[in-house]
Amino acid sequence: MATSLAAPPGNFDAERVRRDFPILEQQVNGRPLVYLDNAASGQRPLAVLRAVEHYETHTHANVHRGVHALSQAATDAFEGARERARRFINARSTREIVFVRGTTEGINLVAQSFGRPRLGRGDEILISALEHHANIVPWQMVCEQTGCTLKVAPINRRGEVELEALFELLNSRTRLVAVAHVSNALGTVVPVERIVQAAHSCGALVLLDGAQAVAHSPIDVRALGCDFYAFSGHKLYGPTGIGVLYGREELLEEMPPWQGGGEMIRTVSFERTTYNDLPWKFEAGTPNISGAVGLAAAMDYLESLGLEALAAHEQRLLAQATAALERLPGIEIIGTAAHKAAVLSFTMRGCHPHDLGTVLDSQGVAIRTGHHCAMPVMTFFDIPATARASFGCYNTEADVAALVAALEKAREVFG
Amino acid sequence: MDLKDLYRDVILDHNRQPRNFGALAHSDAHAEGHNPLCGDRLTVWLRFEGDRIADIRFEGKGCAISTASASLMTEAVKGRDKAAIKELYDRIHVLLTEPHAAADASLGKLAALGGVSEFPARVKCATLCWHTLNAALEHSADAVSTEE
Ligand SMILES: Cc1ncc(COP(=O)(O)O)c(C=O)c1O
Repeated sequence: MATSLAAPPGNFDAERVRRDFPILEQQVNGRPLVYLDNAASGQRPLAVLRAVEHYETHTHANVHRGVHALSQAATDAFEGARERARRFINARSTREIVFVRGTTEGINLVAQSFGRPRLGRGDEILISALEHHANIVPWQMVCEQTGCTLKVAPINRRGEVELEALFELLNSRTRLVAVAHVSNALGTVVPVERIVQAAHSCGALVLLDGAQAVAHSPIDVRALGCDFYAFSGHKLYGPTGIGVLYGREELLEEMPPWQGGGEMIRTVSFERTTYNDLPWKFEAGTPNISGAVGLAAAMDYLESLGLEALAAHEQRLLAQATAALERLPGIEIIGTAAHKAAVLSFTMRGCHPHDLGTVLDSQGVAIRTGHHCAMPVMTFFDIPATARASFGCYNTEADVAALVAALEKAREVFG
Repeated sequence: MDLKDLYRDVILDHNRQPRNFGALAHSDAHAEGHNPLCGDRLTVWLRFEGDRIADIRFEGKGCAISTASASLMTEAVKGRDKAAIKELYDRIHVLLTEPHAAADASLGKLAALGGVSEFPARVKCATLCWHTLNAALEHSADAVSTEE
């Protein structure tokens, strides 16, 4: 992610990209839709919709189960998607790519299958103060189950993880460090390479929550050096209900299955069950096959746009929007890290984020308001909520202008 | 969807200058309300004379709809007894949840909340104070009855 600020300008044609997203063509409350809630979920390009439709109309059957033609084709499509995901994050092997429902399920899998059997009293899990609830609650559950302790590295007023403080919290009892690659509430890009290095030198493993990172710049899990990496398809313009947990093969190999059922077994008798190989050991039950197909199409699509050029485009929009909001009276930007993804959280004096959300919606501008599933971040800044605009591949300068105009409208209403 | 219908002048005024705002010393009952989804929090304090609310104040942080609704509520219920408040709440509920509900003249200034019904996502903002008031009334039930 360090590439984002330094990325070359490139000529990214967001107007053309827009035409790939039919949902953007509509009016909302009588105005053209300006979709700025990409951190919550991205929209799907035609390429994804068509890939899913083609799968559903030509290929669908259950996977890994039949000798008939469709079952073969569906299995090929599903396993092809796994290979696509492997390439997308540069994992060594498809055995390291576990399909899950999304980031949340990926983190829970690690908590329950890696954490629960081997953690106990005296062990520590280290997270940061900017985590999404999905990277807090599963660890609290493991702590309750095993008696291990959850440690939290602080953030500063800019919304950056205090690295020195985090390094001080690392010690021989630390078994796992779980941090976001990019914060959804603040946009902070976390220097995860340095965290991985420090954690490994203490003998701790590292899980990265990549939910907000994958759609904004190329991800290379081997270069990052992390042990686990979790992300969701719907944040990178793919379907909901599908995501990936990457885990280093040696680790996944040692971990017990976390759910039992079909797919994950090799042989079953009432006396003894043997488990399937990686990654199927972790995929009990019929998977989300069309979701995986759609996710693979989304990865193709993103790479066809060029992730470096896309990152540069988003950084331009972020810089424009930041500059424009700084000029508006009464706006305070929450999250001013030196390295940010295209996420802009803010408050407006005299206008609660909820009211802001309603006014902006009336102008066709979709943003997110609330605590963004990061209540501790809100507590840290002593605010109940923020308004958050987040940019994606189809956003343009005109969208930034619409956001600013809608904020001026809110100022007009609330004086 | 008309913004002006939601953010009527009365609402904006009560948001900017909430009435009966701040803790009530010597209260007989109080309750805290919280809407975890949007972070709104408020506390309602009551002082009774018999079955009647002699004084009511509130304090909290919330959006314009929740603040104005609480402010308007305090004005509307002061001096009323529990039965009257219950009846008022039922009518408010219709106002907030049924679009195009016939204007109910007896609601007085509370009628300014009529635009909320067009914004389903905002109904909870307007009802938080009423739920909190109900909780305070329930807490007080024991205290009041032991005194009688
Ligand atoms: C940083 C971060 N982690 C985890 C999640 C959870 O993702 P999902 O709901 O797709 O499982 C999100 C999504 O909001 C997120 O932004």
